[in-house]
Amino acid sequence: MTDTTVESASKAAVAPDQMAWDSRTRRFVTIYLPLMLFVVVLLFPFYWMAVTSFKPNSELYDYKHFNPFLIGSPTLQHIKHLLFETSYPHWLMVTMGVAIASTTLSIFSSVLAAYAIQRLRFKGSQYVGLGIYLAYLVPPSILFIPLATTINQFGLFDSPLALILTYPTFLVPFSTWLLIGYFKSIPYELEECALIDGATRLQILRRITLPLAVPGLISAGIFSFTLSWNEFIYALAFIQSSEKKTVSVAILTELVSGDVYQWGSLMAGSLLGSLPVAIFYSFFVDYYVSSLTGAVKE
Amino acid sequence: MTVATMTDWARAKPQPNWLMKLFDYKPFLVFVCLLPALGLLLVFLTYPLGLGIWLSFTDTKIGRAGQFIGLENFEYLLDDPQFWSAVFYSVFYTGVATFGKFALGLWLALLLNNHIPFKSLLRAVILLPWIVPTVLSALAFWWLYDPQFSVFSYLAVDILHIRSRPFDFLSTTWPARWSLIAANIWRGIPFVAISLLAGLQTISPSLYEAALLDGSSPWQRFRYITFPLLMPILAIVMTFSIIFTFTDFQLVYAITRGGPLNSTHLMATLAFQRGISGGELGEGAAIAVAMIPFLVGATLFSYFALSRRKWQQGEGDD
Repeated sequence: MTDTTVESASKAAVAPDQMAWDSRTRRFVTIYLPLMLFVVVLLFPFYWMAVTSFKPNSELYDYKHFNPFLIGSPTLQHIKHLLFETSYPHWLMVTMGVAIASTTLSIFSSVLAAYAIQRLRFKGSQYVGLGIYLAYLVPPSILFIPLATTINQFGLFDSPLALILTYPTFLVPFSTWLLIGYFKSIPYELEECALIDGATRLQILRRITLPLAVPGLISAGIFSFTLSWNEFIYALAFIQSSEKKTVSVAILTELVSGDVYQWGSLMAGSLLGSLPVAIFYSFFVDYYVSSLTGAVKE
Repeated sequence: MTVATMTDWARAKPQPNWLMKLFDYKPFLVFVCLLPALGLLLVFLTYPLGLGIWLSFTDTKIGRAGQFIGLENFEYLLDDPQFWSAVFYSVFYTGVATFGKFALGLWLALLLNNHIPFKSLLRAVILLPWIVPTVLSALAFWWLYDPQFSVFSYLAVDILHIRSRPFDFLSTTWPARWSLIAANIWRGIPFVAISLLAGLQTISPSLYEAALLDGSSPWQRFRYITFPLLMPILAIVMTFSIIFTFTDFQLVYAITRGGPLNSTHLMATLAFQRGISGGELGEGAAIAVAMIPFLVGATLFSYFALSRRKWQQGEGDD
């Protein structure tokens, strides 16, 4: 009995020092080291992309004389080639236009749908909500072949309008669910007060619900914008003429040609194509994260 | 005096015209509000889905309307080794990549759940692979996997001297398959980690404090507190991840286009090759339709096998 207390007392006396040393190294090994590894692995392809796009061709393919991780004499030749000798700026404009238009269209329809489902409370509203949720589980990969025929029937083949109208099929379900969650958090009493004051339903939506749901609108907007910027399979299947392609499709089908790949300009193209969406995202990280996690939690 | 103000007030109130009345009539308002969203979804999602199933029973080609041919497309696919190889690789790709994404993603989420400096910056940086267009990061991987100038080969051959020849990432069957899986895991980790991190942050710290007082080990705290409470969110994230990995298209199309010798075709890329590039819309649609049972199965599995019912957490079951 006394032995054990003495033992534990001596342990307690020694413990703090040892624990402090132990926990600091332990913390480094178990938390910071793996975290650093994760960050390095996750960012390395972007570093490599950036390094490649600013290297002159002579360094690019010569690892014997130049350290491939560094740039000896940085050059803008790849970017210059991209901007002035290909239709890259045009592809960027098309991508931007399609992304903005489809995002606007989806947010507009999602706001109305979410308001109807969450606030107008009609018979069967939960089934409409469930149907919209299920639509999110239908991936583009099983739709693109019949959609291609549908697009043809409408005479929209090879027109950016085809992309603007088809992207909402995966943007609307997501945004609607996100906005339903936001509308839920707005107290009913506010709307009831407005109703008593004689406001119409649409006035309530415009003057009371929407201003309170601005964070939700921003989240849904960012998410939709990045998703439509990243879309690939519809843009590949529905657009044929070179000048109407989006960046991802154009790089893969127009710049990758022949047997010798121009890695410098390919990587410069990837970097430039990633930058707008990365910059846009960096301004709204928190909204983006909240939309990502909010959609999962619903 | 009071009467006068009363009438003034009544006159000042705008008389609603018939349009405003119509928009305040609830059934009409519901219809108008749902019209854009449901219209878009019905025309560009539900109708094509049905059309796809119909196309898979016809011999439609690009530019030529097809005849109903029953199950002929599916019978043809049953005897097609390339189709079976795509089915096998789709399942294998989904299984291995999902396992990798969730193992590494959960680890990363647990790491980020500690008190560390620059946490929000880290979180923003970690999400980058998920934000950047897949095709563009796939191109970077293609360049990293280059047979001659791969930087991994440079590290292994010239710096570490553990190999005599450069790696052969994409020109033979199995290395190509594993390389694609690695790229997919790389892209999927951020989504899993950030979603699970959100789940971790909802777990009340008092549970851990109670467990600490009871003398639990870190493993016990993970096994009996973190894991069960993370289960519902894990089930949903996994459902989404499985669906979008199984139907993945961009990575494979950008890096190998199904090669070498069609060994890395996923069902989606095979459907594209046969349906759009080859013009056999009916056959392509049949391959796409063949994905549906897998998707439904995976959804049901991850939803029912993984999600604890609410009554187990003391809530009403609905």
